[in-house]
Amino acid sequence: MSDSIAAPEAADSSKKVSRVSEAVIRIAGNSQDGIQSIGGFLARLAGRSEREVMTFMTIPATISGGPSIFQVRIGSGEVLSSGDEADVLLAFYQHSYENHVDFLKEGGIVLYDSDHVEPNPEWQKKYRHVGCAVTALTVEAIGGTARDKGKNIFSLGLIARMFDLDAPKLETLIIERFHGKAASISTTALTAFHAGYAYPIATIAELYEFTEAQARDKEQVVSNGNEALAYGILAAGVRFGAGYPITPWSDIMELLRRELPKYGGIFVQAEDELAAVSMAIGSSYSGRVAVTGSSGPGLSLKTEAIGWAVMAEIPLVMIDVQRAGPSTGMPTSVEQSDLNIACFGAHGDSPRVVIAPANVEDCFYSAIEAVNIAKKYSVPVIILTDQAISTRIEAYPMPDLEKVVQDISPTFETQKDFKPYDLDAADGITNHQPPGTRIESGKYPVITGLEHDEMGHPTSSPVLHLKMQAKRRRKLQKLGRELKRPEVYGPDEGNVLLVGWGSTQGSMRESVERARKAGDSISCLTMRHIMPMPEGLEEIFDGFHHVYVVETNDEGLNGYGQLCGLLRAKFCDPKIEGINKTDGLTWRVREILKRVQEKLDAAKD
Amino acid sequence: MSTAIAEPEERKPLTKKELSADHPTWCPGCGDFSVLALYFKLIQNRNLHHEKVTTVAGIGCSSRFPYFVQAHGVHYIHGRALPFATGVSLSRPDLHVFTFGGDGDAFSIGGNHFTHTARKNIHLTYVVMDNSVYGLTKKQTSPTSPIGFKSKTDMWGAMDQPINPCKQAISAGATFVARTTHTNPKHLLAMMEAAMDHNGFGFIHCLSECTEFYNGAFDASNPRKGGEFVEVPADHDVTDEQAAYELAGEPFPGHFGIFRQVNLPTKNDKENELNAKFQTKVEGLKDWEILQKNFDQMK
Repeated sequence: MSDSIAAPEAADSSKKVSRVSEAVIRIAGNSQDGIQSIGGFLARLAGRSEREVMTFMTIPATISGGPSIFQVRIGSGEVLSSGDEADVLLAFYQHSYENHVDFLKEGGIVLYDSDHVEPNPEWQKKYRHVGCAVTALTVEAIGGTARDKGKNIFSLGLIARMFDLDAPKLETLIIERFHGKAASISTTALTAFHAGYAYPIATIAELYEFTEAQARDKEQVVSNGNEALAYGILAAGVRFGAGYPITPWSDIMELLRRELPKYGGIFVQAEDELAAVSMAIGSSYSGRVAVTGSSGPGLSLKTEAIGWAVMAEIPLVMIDVQRAGPSTGMPTSVEQSDLNIACFGAHGDSPRVVIAPANVEDCFYSAIEAVNIAKKYSVPVIILTDQAISTRIEAYPMPDLEKVVQDISPTFETQKDFKPYDLDAADGITNHQPPGTRIESGKYPVITGLEHDEMGHPTSSPVLHLKMQAKRRRKLQKLGRELKRPEVYGPDEGNVLLVGWGSTQGSMRESVERARKAGDSISCLTMRHIMPMPEGLEEIFDGFHHVYVVETNDEGLNGYGQLCGLLRAKFCDPKIEGINKTDGLTWRVREILKRVQEKLDAAKD
Repeated sequence: MSTAIAEPEERKPLTKKELSADHPTWCPGCGDFSVLALYFKLIQNRNLHHEKVTTVAGIGCSSRFPYFVQAHGVHYIHGRALPFATGVSLSRPDLHVFTFGGDGDAFSIGGNHFTHTARKNIHLTYVVMDNSVYGLTKKQTSPTSPIGFKSKTDMWGAMDQPINPCKQAISAGATFVARTTHTNPKHLLAMMEAAMDHNGFGFIHCLSECTEFYNGAFDASNPRKGGEFVEVPADHDVTDEQAAYELAGEPFPGHFGIFRQVNLPTKNDKENELNAKFQTKVEGLKDWEILQKNFDQMK
């Protein structure tokens, strides 16, 4: 098999090195090829080299097999999204090549496995094609028994050479990755890596070199959103959790199950979603905020119990890693369509707190914030993340754990007298005395889902229902007044303000950067607190002619998405409009800008 | 997880008055009164104090229980009392967790939890007051209503096979299964004491007549109504699963007493053991230092 090059120009045999500040590499193959691990190695290397990194992946919802991609964007400066177009596409199969070649920027490089891919002459005019017999060379390097296994690590070697990446650091990462497994496994992996690295790619493809990274004062860590969130839950002092397996939430429960015993805690795999939420509420009732979580379908099942926790005023942290719905939907695709059920899911009026972390690092801190709000306000707090944020890898500064890790152990000091639902409590905030607390008056609380008097005994008094309803509402209004006003990214005044929540933050910010460079007046804002909302939004909106709410959900029957609906209900302002899509993928910058332009054009007519 | 609170001073057993809270909302003659009275008696006999007892229930007539007891109590949602109580039990080894409910709560809407709490062997006591009818919603068929029972949803007589609670408990792996009735207070109290002392999931199936909607349902087990109350034979081996299954399968009124009792590790114990193993690995480390190790691996 000969190495083929078919670029617009003839290949230059002399070594050509371009200095780049960032690169987007898309690796396309099948889910069993281990392409996620190439991406993972690259992301961690970037983090260790003080570079910024963001990844994006799609995985099939099947048990084994099916096309899958992993995209890494590495930058010496700020990296806001996983990138609109790729500099390099590494294609393992014909389908990987055909389905993703469009994603390359013009003149980009297709690095393909010539054992499986037949290049298309038309595309060869547009992109540089570099063929390499990845499969055969891997087998040659590490032996034929493992069939295709190891070609991911071989390809990592190729990419490392192409981008002049720090090979010794990558070797360390490979050794660390296989630590604890048979020595032959890491030896084989290193052999595959060296074979890829030694491949004479310099003679056939362009080489790159990253510009110096900005020095950072803090060490960087690299993780995905699910990991950051789970570690945030541990840092917050939570020591009990219960859940039921569902993609993409399962990673969080698996991590908590593995780690909690070190802290004397327990994570229970419950028989179903209803039991999971009930065990967590039972544990919270016992004195320490507990956690449960799920993805869309599980949240639907848990809503009755969440309504109980609102009524009984019991703290709870509920994580919903959103995926495309309704019903079973597209389990491994991104969507932000659980906002309504998170805010309102339960019968009756049941105010609760909804927080949406805006990036991977924010997942860690949002978990701590959620626990503290749940505890202080005795209320369920729902953390809404999504498939994109949960699986994407980012580098961020090492948290100061000595400072942020907290102890929320309950106390059981004897009380003279105690009313769980004291109507005179400041701002209506309940502070429960957990079981185990002795109450000298001999009057003990009942915690209940029936409307109740101040001691928790059932009532159907219209006056008490009004007062208790107001109590449950007032405490969250108080929370709303305490929340920080969101910051506008870009100038405070202008033509267009993009508003979003969760995983859209990066793409929105990059859209703002790009549009402003082109001379457009555009800013953006990410809402981390969906319910209650912080104060001051109206003043911010006043500074703009148009407010476009960018969401990965459907425009619905009324023509706008779920957050947009909340904002329109709150501010009754027709200038708040929706930009929506539900293709199961994250927003690309040029998609957002195109949709903004369409809206502006329509407004002119 | 949490440490038990020291109890320095000698405290007298609580009086019935000190244990009573709201006046029960049950109809006159309801079997549940008897269970409540004997629960008080149990607390008194064992000199338990208010703060050490947690009473959990779901929804139904019998599930109103916690309002009538002067102790920390929870009235949770329909069918989910057991997982709630599981959360309490696993988090707080210092508490006595008692869960009460009816046949609808336990075997219909909460059926899945009954099986799984049993197989996990969670340390708590569960008393099901079975009246074989939905009382709170005024006479619909329950999962234990016998075939032919006329209700508002089966006006021509129930047609579905009823659930056999004790059989179900045994097959789910329950480590303590007892059967009793509200008409024999002495026996009921003995079963409650044995269930409470059992280290594990202590399940009591207690016949509790609904005088309003299913009067006379259990007369055949009540000597005062011409029935027969026969205790489990003295030579019954409670560790013999097959023998327990046979007792549970007898036609009404059958036998009363402990059908099955085996000592198997509870989930509470197993989790504690697991934690102890991990504790030796992280000995001397503060929580933030344990977490730091994870973050160091993500560098």
